Amino acid sequence: MTPFLQVKNLQHIYSTGTPFEHVALEDVSFSVERGEFIGIIGHTGSGKSTLVQHLNGLLKPTAGSVILDGKDIWSDKALTRQCRFKVGLVFQYPEYQLFEETVYKDIAFGPKNMGLDNAEIDRRVRKAAGFVGISEQQLESSPFDLSGGQKRRVAIAGVIAMEPEILILDEPTAGLDPESREEILQNIDAYRKAQNATVMMVSHSMSDVARITQRLLVMNGSHLVMDGTPAEIFNRAQELTDMGLDIPEVTRVFLRLRQMGMDVPNVYTVSDAAQVLFSMKGGRIDA
Amino acid sequence: MSKAISVEHLSYSYPGVDDTPGVAVFEDISLTVEDGSFVAVLGSNGCGKSTLAKQFNAILLPCGGKVYICGMDTSDEERLIAVRRSVGMVFQNPDNQIVANVVEEDVAFGPENLGVASPVIRQRVDNALRQVGMYEYREHAPHLLSGGQKQRVAIAGIIAMEPKCIVLDEPTAMLDPQGRKEVMDTILALNAQKGITVVLITHHMDEAAMAQRVVVLSNGRIAADGTPAEVFSQVDLLHSIRLASPETVELCYELNRKGFSLPLDKLSVEECAQALYDAIKA
Repeated sequence: MTPFLQVKNLQHIYSTGTPFEHVALEDVSFSVERGEFIGIIGHTGSGKSTLVQHLNGLLKPTAGSVILDGKDIWSDKALTRQCRFKVGLVFQYPEYQLFEETVYKDIAFGPKNMGLDNAEIDRRVRKAAGFVGISEQQLESSPFDLSGGQKRRVAIAGVIAMEPEILILDEPTAGLDPESREEILQNIDAYRKAQNATVMMVSHSMSDVARITQRLLVMNGSHLVMDGTPAEIFNRAQELTDMGLDIPEVTRVFLRLRQMGMDVPNVYTVSDAAQVLFSMKGGRIDA
Repeated sequence: MSKAISVEHLSYSYPGVDDTPGVAVFEDISLTVEDGSFVAVLGSNGCGKSTLAKQFNAILLPCGGKVYICGMDTSDEERLIAVRRSVGMVFQNPDNQIVANVVEEDVAFGPENLGVASPVIRQRVDNALRQVGMYEYREHAPHLLSGGQKQRVAIAGIIAMEPKCIVLDEPTAMLDPQGRKEVMDTILALNAQKGITVVLITHHMDEAAMAQRVVVLSNGRIAADGTPAEVFSQVDLLHSIRLASPETVELCYELNRKGFSLPLDKLSVEECAQALYDAIKA
């Protein structure tokens, strides 16, 4: 069976033939199925953003290919255009891209560009707003009167309204407080489940990716260096640290406990850590 | 000891459009920041952190009460330039702060505006770029740098003006762990070695834990103020205002709800592991 999205030996070189020539991606290959929730991690300059911009045809590979539903997205112009609707990309700080008079119009911009009729646009705007927790009342207000967290939701809704089969988000929780961070992650996951969509999330927050994704891709020095479940990836904690990445604090606490001679597994969320320690006490604490 | 920043009964509302009433951010807030200290300001989105920061170099002026910077009243127009020279601001998005086509020219922009002599500018720019680890990029074009590198250039631009106080509004929000560490190391060094007063607005609890003092804002009021250990041990309070403690404290808190009785002021991984070890082995 052909995978839903396949990236084959992808290479990208910026500013070829200038003194600023820079290889951003080298021989990157992986494939993705419908409904997967994938985290992409790697330090600044490792090629994460360059990679995701290839997945909806914003950048053209200098070598290798991106294959969506069995077809190379660059093999003909119609396919490239189609891929931009099938694969929705939410950039870093998307709230800076809001421009319309009302929240409704802003969310409707994408579906309108797709040439949908008004009834369908209306359905999609309301559904997308529902996913990100924007109320009916807020739809008629100016996006510029909203708080930072709400603006972020509106911007994400604008992409969700195009009902992409693959939703890619670059740092969707940067600059938000812990509570809003959790809410937005849950919103995104709700969209994934409802549409059986694939979600790929670029993030520096190891705790976020550990908690919510099922699979992690680790980029380092233009290469894809790891591909596995969060448990498999965080088992290689030392390698991650060497790459300039951070591991969740609870994971480090447990590594330390192991050094101290305690027999504890790898954990990467606070609730798992608490559960492990609780059961070590026999699941019962005498107060 | 003099106060770098002194806020006295500050009230501030954003003006309304047409006839609509303005949005009140602060009604009566007072806060002092000692010279040479390192204060972190925490708060959920929309609590007034950035509005407060903008009061510190007179981008915004009080509607009521006073803000003094090194003893100067920010609403005194004659002191405006002196106030802005005393407080350097670094914002969240480096793209909005870079003005020149070459890194070193960008860093020189501030001191040039202050009328600093050319040879001194050269020296300040080089020093500032070294301090943020961007010296080797001095002849690069800023738009080709990564977000983390741009942010360090923006910080260098502020350092080159040699302000008494630096206010950073979520300077690491866009950076990776390595970039965050570099920026935090830079901030800590500026504070420790050069005695620059630092006000750091952040959503990263582990960054706030590096400060000498943590101030928590909620709905335009100060909800907590103390050392990192004092503030982060108030887990229930923090949760009630949409914040969290570092994972180390959250883990102990979670276990306490299951019947453990762990201390909530063990912020570092080392201390936390020790406390857990003792509790399990007991």
